Amino acid sequence: MNALINWLDDRTGLKKLMHEALYENIPGGARWRYVWGSTLMFTFTIQVITGLFLWTAYSPSTTTAWESVYYIQNHMQAGWLVRGLHHFSASAMTVLLALHLMQVVIDGAYKAPREINFWLGLILMQIVLGLSLTGYLLPWDQKGYYATQVSTEIMGATPVVGPQLQQLAQGGPQYGHHTLTRFFAMHAGVLPGALIAFIVLHIAVFRRHGITVPDPDRAPATTFWPDQVLKDGIACLAVLGTVLILTIWHHGAELAAPADPSEAYSAARPEWYFLFLFQFLRFEWVEHQGLAFGAIYLPGALMAILAAMPIIGRWKVGHAFNVVFLFVMMVGIIGLTGLALKNDAADPDFQAAVKQAQDDSVRIEELAERPEGIPLEGAVSLLRADPKAQGPRLFARNCAPCHRYNGHDGTGREVVKIVKQKDGTKARIKENATATDLGNFGSPEWIKSVITDFKGTFAELKNVPDKNDKNAVAESSKHFLEGEMANWSSSHAQHWRVKANEQALTDLVAFLHSQGQRRGAPGISDESPKRGRQIFETSKLPVGEFESNCLDCHSLQPIGEDKLLGEIGTGPTLTSYGGERWLREFLDNPGHEKFYGSNNAMPAFGERLTDKELDLLVRWLAGDFE
Amino acid sequence: MSQPHLELHENPPEQPRRGFMTHFFAAGIGLLVGVVPSFAGLAFFLDPIMRKKKEGSGDGFLKMPVSLDALEINGEPQLVKVIMDKVDAWNKFLNQPVGAVYLRRTAKDKVVAFNSRCPHLGCAVDYKPLENHYFCPCHTSTFDDDGKMQNEIPPRDLDTLKVQIRNKTEIWLKFQNFRATTPEKIPVG
Repeated sequence: MNALINWLDDRTGLKKLMHEALYENIPGGARWRYVWGSTLMFTFTIQVITGLFLWTAYSPSTTTAWESVYYIQNHMQAGWLVRGLHHFSASAMTVLLALHLMQVVIDGAYKAPREINFWLGLILMQIVLGLSLTGYLLPWDQKGYYATQVSTEIMGATPVVGPQLQQLAQGGPQYGHHTLTRFFAMHAGVLPGALIAFIVLHIAVFRRHGITVPDPDRAPATTFWPDQVLKDGIACLAVLGTVLILTIWHHGAELAAPADPSEAYSAARPEWYFLFLFQFLRFEWVEHQGLAFGAIYLPGALMAILAAMPIIGRWKVGHAFNVVFLFVMMVGIIGLTGLALKNDAADPDFQAAVKQAQDDSVRIEELAERPEGIPLEGAVSLLRADPKAQGPRLFARNCAPCHRYNGHDGTGREVVKIVKQKDGTKARIKENATATDLGNFGSPEWIKSVITDFKGTFAELKNVPDKNDKNAVAESSKHFLEGEMANWSSSHAQHWRVKANEQALTDLVAFLHSQGQRRGAPGISDESPKRGRQIFETSKLPVGEFESNCLDCHSLQPIGEDKLLGEIGTGPTLTSYGGERWLREFLDNPGHEKFYGSNNAMPAFGERLTDKELDLLVRWLAGDFE
Repeated sequence: MSQPHLELHENPPEQPRRGFMTHFFAAGIGLLVGVVPSFAGLAFFLDPIMRKKKEGSGDGFLKMPVSLDALEINGEPQLVKVIMDKVDAWNKFLNQPVGAVYLRRTAKDKVVAFNSRCPHLGCAVDYKPLENHYFCPCHTSTFDDDGKMQNEIPPRDLDTLKVQIRNKTEIWLKFQNFRATTPEKIPVG
């Protein structure tokens, strides 16, 4: 062994190199305050290792980026672990960078003759932030897509060369395949390469001047190995432990639904360490100065002051100024970050958006796990064609202005209006629905409620004011609330109070439910629907009978039969009631004579939505999805 | 050496006991923090060989697009593409050509099938009707009509595949690839 080492040493000078690397003099002894640089080196090493392995499975294009990350996260051995380590180490690196900078400034390690090394450190900081920014886009999920859009738009606001710069970064006027290939080349090639080059310079210059020791007489001098290495090692272990705990806790890094430029993402936020800048740009007075001021000039000015610290430090109070400046900046950053988090926590719309984003990411996983796999046009097409994902959105846009869905707008948001109060402040108050809640539309409960409590089911209609008299109820609503069906429902309520008629009601409901042929509905030839049909056609109950027959007003063509029961008349047709066919025809034109006819006050959505949208909305309302 | 502040020390005198523990822990912890991300990455990288093979449905036989009647007894072998669903990581491709086989009818109700991959190094072999043999354009492996090797270049004969005749004229085949370079026939995938 010794002979081999000597042989190598003769030819390479290995021993001297190792000696220089390990036996750097540390006057005043090993200290915890010196560990930050080493922890940064360590996190960068984690990034290189995990990054190279992730590279072996990542595929940068708009139809494969999300898909390959999904596959890494959910199907590859230890994929979630490697991805989680990469993600949380990136966060750790930003925190350690701030701590390293603070330690350097507080100890005055930026002063002559170490100015150049300080500047090299600032360049390293920019490269690390660049790595964070480019890495955030690579999964091509909604979160990264919309956050990075903001970054490239800011780039486009750069004076003079902005638009060109933005196009160069994006690889074209819009995001596409080349945005990913370019960001990936930056993230995995150019920036890490530059980082390594600058780290070499940074450490070389650091070694030239040695460590900055505030009090050399504190303890006897020692060497880097093993005393400082032990402290550095323990610090690295603590960093690794934190990163591992976060990774395991979150089961790797988050992956939102695949990027969809046509789908707004109200939960968009930058990675947490850029939140301060995000919050800063939300102040109106900042926006008044122009985007370039808040996003480029001001951060640029702060960086310039940081860069000028070695020069400022030469003055008598320069060092004190630098320390106070950095402290104020840190407090500002922490304060703005806290404000951003606080605002978001208090914003119900944002919380609903986050909830919807989470629902989408759960949903896309269900869709991607189906035996058909992910289609070639990408996972986003699965979500676009999914009633469960699209139905609530279509409902919120088209139905929620009047209807509710279990009290909300379909997507989980409350429907509110902003009103000015007497004291001038604005308040959010709940907007009253003007049409019935469709949360359980077409279910047995719904059908039962229409039969037994018609007025209650459609009670929201009384919120529609008359055109001429604000305090009166609109005529169109009166047609419902004081109409024939409302009267029938209240005059027949006595029948349902008879114990012997309970089963009859259940059967009648089951008959109508079965005709809709929704998922989970009883079969049309089951016993209960068959008995229900008897009641529907004959009006005979075990005790008593209906004074007026269902078919006096309604018509119904039973599934699989040619003959129409009753005639198209005063009440809406009950053919396939509550099912996809009924809903589709109804939405197309509720004013058709077979539905509400001249009593109708609902817009015809056949003219407002495309066939595909109508299909998704109807399938969602009818519960036709897995 | 013109470095002003850097002094190189020999190991400074210390109590040997504390010195050993410091060395031990410094090296141990240093090793540990490096091992965790490396091992995680390695486990990730080894995914392809750790992946359990998914059981396909059915008996694995595929119906070929030619019928028995289309093949002449002891006639020229027919090259037929094998079409099946292919799962590639997150995508599932339906009805993709995944390989090719030579079909040759040797009797009224008997068909012999060869995988067109050369057992030498996996190139596709051609059938030369004039010479009545299979010939690999890569390294000149040659096989006769029965798939027997005619020179010493390939390690084994052409790979035969299981064939069944169903409903009198349908040719069904169990498609498999085999490892190249070995004298034995070892299935892959």
